[in-house]
Amino acid sequence: MNAPTLFGLCAAALVGVGLYGLIVNPQPLRKILAFNLIGCGVFLLFGAIARRGAAVGMGGDPVPQALLITGIVVAFSATALAVALVLRLFDETGSVTLASDAPAKAQADPPDA
Amino acid sequence: MPHSLSTQDVTSPSGLLLVLAVLVPFIGVLAGMVLGGRGAQRVAFVILAAGLAIAIAIANALVQSGDTVVYILGGWAPPLGVALRADGLAVIMLLAIAVVIGGIGVYARADFGTPPGVREARAPLMFWLLLLAVWGSLNLVFVSGDLFTLYVALELLTFAGVPLVSLGGQPETLRSALRYLLYALFGSVLYLLGAVLLYGAYGTLDILLLAARVHPEPVTWAAAALMTVGLLAKTALFPLHLWLPPAHAGAPAAASAVLSGLVIKGSWFLAVRLWLDVFAGVVTLPSAQMLAALGAAAILVGNIVALRQARLKLLIAYSTVAQIGYLFLMFPLATGLAAAQIDSTAAVNGGMLQAISHATAKAAMFMAAGLIYTTLGHDRIADLRGVARALPMTLVAFALGGASLIGLPPSGGFLAKWLLVSVAITTAQWWWVLVMLVGGLLTSAYVFIVVVRAMAPPSEGWTPRARVPYYQQVAVLALALCSFLLGMAAFCPVDVARIGRAVVPEIGWP
Amino acid sequence: MTLALAVDISLTLLVLAVAGWIIAVRDTFAAVIGFVAYGLLLALIWVRLAAPDVALTEAAIGGGLTGALLIGAAGRLRKTEAATRAEYPGVLIRTLAAILAVTVTAALAVGVLALPDPAPTLAPAAVASLATTGVGNPVTAVLLAFRSMDTLLEAIVVLLALLGVWSLAPDRAWGGYPGPRHHADPDGILAYLARLLPPIGIIVGLYIFWIGADLPGGKFQGATILAAMWLLVIEAGLADTPPISRTWLRVLLVTGPLVFIAIGFAGSITAGAVLAYPEGYAKPLIIAIEIALMPTLVLTLALLVAGAPQRMPPQ
Repeated sequence: MNAPTLFGLCAAALVGVGLYGLIVNPQPLRKILAFNLIGCGVFLLFGAIARRGAAVGMGGDPVPQALLITGIVVAFSATALAVALVLRLFDETGSVTLASDAPAKAQADPPDA
Repeated sequence: MPHSLSTQDVTSPSGLLLVLAVLVPFIGVLAGMVLGGRGAQRVAFVILAAGLAIAIAIANALVQSGDTVVYILGGWAPPLGVALRADGLAVIMLLAIAVVIGGIGVYARADFGTPPGVREARAPLMFWLLLLAVWGSLNLVFVSGDLFTLYVALELLTFAGVPLVSLGGQPETLRSALRYLLYALFGSVLYLLGAVLLYGAYGTLDILLLAARVHPEPVTWAAAALMTVGLLAKTALFPLHLWLPPAHAGAPAAASAVLSGLVIKGSWFLAVRLWLDVFAGVVTLPSAQMLAALGAAAILVGNIVALRQARLKLLIAYSTVAQIGYLFLMFPLATGLAAAQIDSTAAVNGGMLQAISHATAKAAMFMAAGLIYTTLGHDRIADLRGVARALPMTLVAFALGGASLIGLPPSGGFLAKWLLVSVAITTAQWWWVLVMLVGGLLTSAYVFIVVVRAMAPPSEGWTPRARVPYYQQVAVLALALCSFLLGMAAFCPVDVARIGRAVVPEIGWP
Repeated sequence: MTLALAVDISLTLLVLAVAGWIIAVRDTFAAVIGFVAYGLLLALIWVRLAAPDVALTEAAIGGGLTGALLIGAAGRLRKTEAATRAEYPGVLIRTLAAILAVTVTAALAVGVLALPDPAPTLAPAAVASLATTGVGNPVTAVLLAFRSMDTLLEAIVVLLALLGVWSLAPDRAWGGYPGPRHHADPDGILAYLARLLPPIGIIVGLYIFWIGADLPGGKFQGATILAAMWLLVIEAGLADTPPISRTWLRVLLVTGPLVFIAIGFAGSITAGAVLAYPEGYAKPLIIAIEIALMPTLVLTLALLVAGAPQRMPPQ
């Protein structure tokens, strides 16, 4: 069991955990968090593959590493767009539920949890 | 069975056109951001013309050379670098998208013009920038030859499509946009996971190289399954279709036309590309049958729910859900032919025709619904009387688009279904014929209902709420006619879809 | 069991524990804090996987900027906790989701264990072509030479996300200031840090950007640090976000990608292919592209965190 395989299995577990959270959690912000978990799992898998590609004196395959940087930036911008949508939905309706039969107008704030 | 694709990886003489097809729309977005307001609209119209010219030039180059148009970016050949490739399938889509976007652009001039006296308004500016961004992203999906570049293209498409849903600003559209974004991100991350596995197993992300290196094994099956499911979520195939109807129905009419007609086709095309090229030797007929079974379910569910809708835009959106099912019927038909060692071009042609006739027809129908809404002040199907009197051209356009969806000759939908049915009979998969027949019947039911309601005479003294400009009706009719007359493609002298995709049957493939 | 393996195993267990906690904990704000910790743990894992560039990016963008974004959002959404908790799905959905998650994990684990040995790699090809690019860091060479199209598209993706965020502004606030106006106690710790840290941060950010050509670093990491410094100043109320209708803002935002595209097309004339570099000019052109992209990235990253315009445009 070497490092890349270990982290590869870790990545597989992260994807599973994130998938569960994405399906189960009704709050959009939690879904965004879960999506980030899945994304990090995918990136970790790619990183383990990069490490396995170590050769000619380099610690890892540079192509996956470069693509990972691109992926992290893209994931951040996706999160930013999603968060902006959630916040705007909250401003307009006072709730962030994704159910289709939700009220369309802003209501009085519910009592603090 | 792996198709022997064009194996040369040298830049073609007119390959630069591929780069232009991708970058020119984005240059338009950047220019539009700086010029702002009406400047963005003017830039958009210039790009609409330029982009169409580029698409025609690429088609010309493809037919002249008789082989795939290739461009090696930066002079670095794959696997280290990235290549752009346009074969017959890509060129057909490039042309179709350019035409549809042109029609939508002309139509949207009335809906998204910056109001006088205001330097810049939110919805108009955003619409033109997003329209160009959708175009550039779609072109990138069609011509990119690298799986990671395709991932970036999918993300571009998502970021351009989601704000179109919430362009109107109503709260319910914000909710639909958020749901769409979550589904789309879920789809992209699954796709990326598959691509990562492929790199880990074969050391390249280039489509041509992968097609040569891929062989059936667990890693490849896992990658194929993940990427397919991801793309299904983005294409809204049953049962991952729940985000589509509210998103497409809630958007402004021109935006709905872009979303239903164009954006959906991007992820579908990518699925076709993967199944036909990368995973040709890996996917089995049963898995393709499963995909088409979901498509059949989509056709039935989508059409039945569409019949029950009270609002026109929701009816058209559910119709999209059904038509997407047709797009996936070609998968077992193409695989079935390959297994029988017969050229699968007929099935692929059928799928492509289905895609572009749906793109033109659905765009026309959504735009027609927009005009109806403007004229009547609502889009309730039960109260459509008077539309025939006020908007005769538009109603004809709606009927023509519907005829293409049903599959009446000489429409593109008819030719597509004809090809698919003949392949289904050849490969003894007659149950898909049944599905297509039932789908056609159901579609004709709701098209008939809408047209009949609209032809009823208006009540005494009724006048339209607002007049719609003549050119909008012309644009809608033009797109509908494109869809209706697409069946004439049967007379096209060149089999464009086949260029760059020479089929070499492999002896002894199980 | 060597020490290195022990460290790796502990990191793995820690990361999985934090991930599970993020999903399971009831309070969203706590989950977000956990996510920031998760990002930093991942950065450590990247170091263990010999990917320092990725570690820097993960720490800066994955943990830092994403964390800031989510903390701000979680704070504003505190009141909705109770309502959404009521929508928690029943046992059936949770069981199905768990089965799906376990299936996917198992399939991926099988895939990981089935990866070929020796692993196919592009490292030799990258190193062989490194000399022609003139840069010493292979990751930078991949980003800006071998696969520069992806980097160009990425700059456009980020800009497009920003446009999407801006499109969510209410009509009355179009062209106005993103985010709320922050006020902080002028004698408090936040204002103190906002005066102390930015000069240091700017130097560090520029340094990381500059050495990225030959050592781990680069424009994304450097731009993130600069953006973070700007956000700090905004949070402390010492400066305000720029109104999005400002021409200088729009021009700076598009300059990066436009210069990149221009150099790319120039390459088709001077070096035979778009995004190719002529002999001997590779490094200066790469540096030119990176310098042009810096303002765009700093502004875009910061404004993505700042959010959609909320306050009226200046008259």
